[in-house]
Amino acid sequence: MTAERARELLATVPGVTVAPTPSPIVVQVATEQWRDVARYARETLGCTFFSFLTAIDWKTDGLEIVAWVDNLDAKLSVELRTRLSGLGADQPTCPSIVPIYRGANWMERECFDMFGVQFVDHPDLRRILLGDDWQGHPLLKSYAVDTPHPPYR
Amino acid sequence: MEIKPPVPQVPVPIWKNIKDLQEWEERHQRRPETGDKHSSFFEQATEGIHSFPGGFALTTVADGFFNWARKSSVWPVSFGLACCAIEMMATFASRFDVERLGMVPWASPRHSDLMIVSGTVTIKMAPMLERIYDQMPDPKWVVSMGSCANSGGPFRHGYHVVKGVDRVVPVDVYVPGCPPPPESLLNGLLLLQDQISHFRRTGARAAPTPKVD
Repeated sequence: MTAERARELLATVPGVTVAPTPSPIVVQVATEQWRDVARYARETLGCTFFSFLTAIDWKTDGLEIVAWVDNLDAKLSVELRTRLSGLGADQPTCPSIVPIYRGANWMERECFDMFGVQFVDHPDLRRILLGDDWQGHPLLKSYAVDTPHPPYR
Repeated sequence: MEIKPPVPQVPVPIWKNIKDLQEWEERHQRRPETGDKHSSFFEQATEGIHSFPGGFALTTVADGFFNWARKSSVWPVSFGLACCAIEMMATFASRFDVERLGMVPWASPRHSDLMIVSGTVTIKMAPMLERIYDQMPDPKWVVSMGSCANSGGPFRHGYHVVKGVDRVVPVDVYVPGCPPPPESLLNGLLLLQDQISHFRRTGARAAPTPKVD
């Protein structure tokens, strides 16, 4: 598996746009195809190493989920991106990729903690870093850092 | 050529209008100044001796003796929060060696007199810190070590940081620095010993001796 071959293969998958940038291979995915593309990256491209999953808040354009997977044997990196719909909704939803990459479990919990993304079919979606009594999701751009938190702030 | 006086670009801040300081004031007014707990029997007995003719000499000597004993065996809880704890460990270790001042880092709050808050206090950690403080027997002292514990430091405007540990527990000595070197902490601990040697039964916390140069 080479980078050129991976690009050719990814271009044939429905719902996928491959960016013309050099390594890593940046792939824009429709949210409905998110889990299918992750399975394709693991089984066909051999990207068995899950690096990270996080989110970006683009304010009025909604949230974007970014996941990075590697094929360590072929030195191949694939960056999966999907733009979540449901702008203005409090809890944007995204399919979970825990059935494919088990390492995504805590990453998705952190993403839920910080950005409030609801991962559908996640086995144990609850806060991981902040306390259970925390209100709001602090890495959203709409969160004010001086939000009261009695009795300490 | 006409020379104009410089126009100030930024308005000079008025001390009372700074929001953080207002918060700090409010926080300090809300916290009751409870002082240090004593048993009522001990207090009555001491009062009795003090009112007896010539008894004041005994109570003063006893106060001096107890304060000497307190300041010579201040045991800090080994309680490290962040990178300041590395400097704290260096202070406890052989080179700076606070054990010669009678300070033994002890791994139990129930046997300790001093808590060195070494590092950033997050909102999630603050209840545990308060609990450890409550577990310590009276009289007890707190040293706030480093910028983060003093005021929040570089993380002051983060979403999860308590802006100074004095919003959680009363603090006796503030040690500045980011992180303070072991010499600074040692200086702070010596200042604390100075405070303890002036400790009185009045309930109020003693002020250190004014330094005369």
